[in-house]
Amino acid sequence: MATLQTKPTDKTLEHVPASLFHRIVDSDIYYSFVHSRVTMVSAAVTLIFVCAAIFAPILAPHDVFNPIILNLGDSFTPPLWIDGGKTAFLLGADDQGRDILSTIMYGARISLLVGFASVIFALVVGVTLGLISGYVGGAVDAVIMRIADVQMSFPAVLIALLIDGVARNMLPRDLHDNMAIYVLVFAIGISHWVQFARTVRGSTMVEKDKEYVQAARVIGVRPVLIMIRHVLPNVLGPVLVIATIGLALAITTEATLSFLGVGVPPTEPSLGTLIRIGNDFLFSGQWWITIFPAISLVILVLAVNLLGDWMRDALNPKLQ
Amino acid sequence: MIAFLVRRLLQSLMVMLSVALIAFSLFTYVGDPVHGMVGEDTSVDERQQLRESLGLTDPFPVQFANFVGRVVQGEFGFSYRNYRPVEELIAQRLPATLELSITAALLALLAAIPMGVYTGLHRDSMLSRFFQTVSLVGISVPTFVTGILLILVFSVMLNWLPSFGRGEVVDIGWWSTGLLTTSGIKALILPSITLGLFQMTLIMRLIRSEMLEVLRTDYIKFARARGLTNRAVNFGHALKNTLVPVITITGLQLGSLIAFAIITETVFQWPGMGLLFIQAVMFADIPVMAAYLVLIAFFFVMINLIVDLLYYVVDPRLRVDRSVAGSAGG
Repeated sequence: MATLQTKPTDKTLEHVPASLFHRIVDSDIYYSFVHSRVTMVSAAVTLIFVCAAIFAPILAPHDVFNPIILNLGDSFTPPLWIDGGKTAFLLGADDQGRDILSTIMYGARISLLVGFASVIFALVVGVTLGLISGYVGGAVDAVIMRIADVQMSFPAVLIALLIDGVARNMLPRDLHDNMAIYVLVFAIGISHWVQFARTVRGSTMVEKDKEYVQAARVIGVRPVLIMIRHVLPNVLGPVLVIATIGLALAITTEATLSFLGVGVPPTEPSLGTLIRIGNDFLFSGQWWITIFPAISLVILVLAVNLLGDWMRDALNPKLQ
Repeated sequence: MIAFLVRRLLQSLMVMLSVALIAFSLFTYVGDPVHGMVGEDTSVDERQQLRESLGLTDPFPVQFANFVGRVVQGEFGFSYRNYRPVEELIAQRLPATLELSITAALLALLAAIPMGVYTGLHRDSMLSRFFQTVSLVGISVPTFVTGILLILVFSVMLNWLPSFGRGEVVDIGWWSTGLLTTSGIKALILPSITLGLFQMTLIMRLIRSEMLEVLRTDYIKFARARGLTNRAVNFGHALKNTLVPVITITGLQLGSLIAFAIITETVFQWPGMGLLFIQAVMFADIPVMAAYLVLIAFFFVMINLIVDLLYYVVDPRLRVDRSVAGSAGG
């Protein structure tokens, strides 16, 4: 058993604190990471976004959600390099005199929060159903996969929109505003679980016939434990790739829903909400209110996508 | 072939029924239809009477069967917001969405095929790298951001193209088309590019990777050895063999185009079904939501069916395999 447990794929999961650092530096993935400039830049950009989002209350130049310090005289201040720009507002200010750079940092906070939360939600639902579907098989498998098929034939945005719309109508208005973020996470998560489930199901079906699973079964380990302790660690590799690309998708979906006006409430604007608010001023010449949040969103999504692309290639044994 | 067709039809029917069930559940469990129809002073008894006359007290399967029966006849009830039959609203909006989606699909295909073939053939040239970068950006830019950027450049800064509406439309029967007037075509340009860009990048990347795969095969080498011209090899042999996955994805994407039109229509205030749907979501207009859902599902199912049938047209191997298997089995 001991030899079977230390399969090479387990090395990232079995923590050996003393040598973990060396193991990481020695690994193929680290090698491919430091030899791809695009990947390192994307990782850096993603990290900057995450840090800016987490530490927004400390780093942001203005406390934009405190109405007391807002000065309407600052509204529509253009970016610094255009006539009339002020040093206090590097990227300009919006219609309420809020600093764009600060709103972007706070907006990225909501966008990333919803993005991560919904990917984790989709991952938990998808991996669980995929494991059960692949391990148990039979009628359970058939039912889960038919549901997945039907859902696959609709775009995720549409499903998320629908769930959000229904929740909006079922919950009383003030309750919905409080719960909007949870509803959004649920809607986006549910609309993205299928990829996880399909991949995990496929690898589970391969793994469950291998000797280590049979051995576990023979010595009487309960099926639930086999699934969690033995099969799960061996099917997680592709899940990481899907999760990364899924994060980009989730951020895009959240931004889209917020842009359409069904996402987060305007009191806690995400990048999508900021773009929607700024869109009203596009024709009156205040382009910076919408364009800077839009560019931030694109850069964030692009960086995460590039990371996902790299990870897919790096973890794909066929390409090595 | 017939067995396959029947199986596919049954599958499609299942999908439609499950979607109808979801749509019906929306009606039944979200909000109270009677509430929207009666005044404040209607008594509980009268409400109950209305409920019975509407068949709302029938058992669930009976209600569902009635719902499906009405939907099949194209009756979706009254919009809570516009007080008009939903099917009328949709018929009025359908041409706008279809014209937009089909134009976008054509644009995407016309641009993507040459770009995909080129990047597949010359994978390391400067132009290929440029196309690759553009496609990566295209995949990462959300549809609504594309729309906003196009509006900023072509409507606000250059003032070349309109940024909202359909322009002038001409009615041909019940179909209102914007394709026959200059302002209609001008109004179509930005929305269709916005909607088509994402599909274009997707199709381009797909054709590229398929081309790379096909060009490695033996029959391509053999065709070159036979001295066929580059054109004949690249287009007659290679491109033709990449078409099966391309048709699948394009077909499926056509369905999602109609759905993604929601976003484009919101950005450009295009008076199509998507705008109708998003307004329905905002105002809790359940009949419109349900009808849109059923209609979109119907489009998806139909497109999937047509895609499956197109395989037989494009890929002769399938015909041969099936008929051989059929005659061997029978």
